Amino acid sequence: MNNKDLLNLIDITVSFEGFLALNELNLNLKKGELRAVIGPNGAGKTTFLDVITGKVKPTKGEVLFKGKSLVGRKEHKIARLGVGRKFQSPRIFENLTVKENLEISVTTPKSPLNLINKNIMDDQINEIEHLMKIVNLTQKVDSKAGSLSHGQKQWLEIAMLVGQKPDLMLVDEPVAGLTDEETDLTADLLKSLSGENTVVVIDHDMEFIRRLDSNVSVLNQGTVLCEGTMESIQKDQKVIDVYLGRPED
Amino acid sequence: MPLSKIKFDKKIVLSLWIILIALIIAAPTLLPVFRLNLLGRYLSLSIVALGVDLIWGYTGLLSLGQGIFFALGGYCAAMYLQITSSSEFPNNIPEFFALYGVEKLPFFWEPFRSPVFTFFAIWIIPALVAGLIGFLVFRNRIKGVYFSILTQASLLVFFNFFNGQQKLINGTNGLKTDVTQLFGQMVGSESMQRLFFWVTAFLVIAAWFFAKWVVKGRFGNILIGIRDDEPRVRFTGYNPVIFKTIIFSIAGGLAGISGALYTVQSGIVSPQFMTVPFSIEMVIWVAVGGRGTLLGAILGAVFINYAKSLVSEALPASWMFIQGGLFILVVTALPEGVLGWIQGNGPRNLLQRFGLKRKIETYPSLEINNKEQK
Repeated sequence: MNNKDLLNLIDITVSFEGFLALNELNLNLKKGELRAVIGPNGAGKTTFLDVITGKVKPTKGEVLFKGKSLVGRKEHKIARLGVGRKFQSPRIFENLTVKENLEISVTTPKSPLNLINKNIMDDQINEIEHLMKIVNLTQKVDSKAGSLSHGQKQWLEIAMLVGQKPDLMLVDEPVAGLTDEETDLTADLLKSLSGENTVVVIDHDMEFIRRLDSNVSVLNQGTVLCEGTMESIQKDQKVIDVYLGRPED
Repeated sequence: MPLSKIKFDKKIVLSLWIILIALIIAAPTLLPVFRLNLLGRYLSLSIVALGVDLIWGYTGLLSLGQGIFFALGGYCAAMYLQITSSSEFPNNIPEFFALYGVEKLPFFWEPFRSPVFTFFAIWIIPALVAGLIGFLVFRNRIKGVYFSILTQASLLVFFNFFNGQQKLINGTNGLKTDVTQLFGQMVGSESMQRLFFWVTAFLVIAAWFFAKWVVKGRFGNILIGIRDDEPRVRFTGYNPVIFKTIIFSIAGGLAGISGALYTVQSGIVSPQFMTVPFSIEMVIWVAVGGRGTLLGAILGAVFINYAKSLVSEALPASWMFIQGGLFILVVTALPEGVLGWIQGNGPRNLLQRFGLKRKIETYPSLEINNKEQK
């Protein structure tokens, strides 16, 4: 752990009635880093996000974000500290329009009084227009989010995540169900976000992870099996055994 | 904007408004005072229905305990009327106390000597009680059917408590208001009842504007967000507990106003206001009128109750079957309620089905995207 780190997970253990979803997991993230997390089903990938965002309280261990402990904090407090999350299946508000969805995400402060008393600020409107341009939804501004295609919903949710201006973005399977072209665009988008933001991407899709061209952490049975670039990971015997399978040649 | 440019469903909603306002303006001259009084009562019930629509239609909280707040508002109004009209009774306290040998006014009656206190108590006390119950429930993340059961259980607690307190609030007999005095006139008199009708009509429309103001814009969008996906709202940085407590409290305040208006027009408040079926009926009015439409809640409350009194006069004992049937019909055929069905292009689809209206040929993309049509 050092001062450049944005997030430290220290010896995190999560036990669901004896079953260890995470087992003494250690992971450190630098500011501005793009990190991919892969692992077989049941490796604890989603639980790992649940622990950071406050949905699940670790049985043991410590989560430090900007040096502050996140353990025991409520979800909305953690979100306000600067942790944003995109869910596995797109979770947007289907009965609201694209614009209203984005308004919810860019609005600050997120108190009832601010929402009912004041109109949305001009720079927030500009921000919404900017976000819609990035994810190609300008045409759909007043459409119900529920009427969007699957890919558009994924992108709307990514736009909502960016609109929250989090320091740490946790992205769970952003390309599930997307076409190849959409997958490529999403990879470029996430790459362009890192640098200024710290991004953690969880996915199964090897081609996508390779395109991200980032450091990879491999999870297995609730713990980090190894870390490194995609090339070094693919050569690691332990990883090959549990996850990738032997190369065909 | 020319009339032909307004969308079909907007026209229907607009005409419903015109009918409602016309009804209110014409009623005092057209209806005999008995019917006018009934309409006034049902209009006052539409205010509690607006509250149910806010918490259920918009926020997804199905409360089966709105009778608590309705009755609290009614009791506040009745206590004021009883105590200010008690000068000729023994000990200068309301008449019923003598039945139970009570000689000293219970302490909590004292502030109700003040009209100003009562004016605020009618809506603030129910709002505070609702806020407190709501906060405790929401903080513990109790939702869905558990929330409904809990509110119904609270209703029963209040019902039994009020029923048993003869020496404090006349228990099961309730507090009568029709023979009390207000502004030097008998509350049950014709001129007062006409006045209450106008006050009620005004407050219904004011309550609608207030509810509309609450749900429009970002605050209302968060309520819809909580209804559709509460964890997502949390992870976006909002605290749903506060939003739910506020809206539940607002609904409680509206229920209190509604209960007070209903009490002075029906002449009595009693623990009967806190029976289980009555609070469920409130939900039925909103379900039939249309959840999440506000106007549907008003129309549902007024028309179902008016139908109830007309049917009960013609065919006693058949109303329960009709009400049950209505609810089943709405749940199976019109899940969005009557107004929701109208706004969702229901009438047009129905006419098309019978070949009375030509189908419009469109691309699906045109239907969802207005911009491309221009």
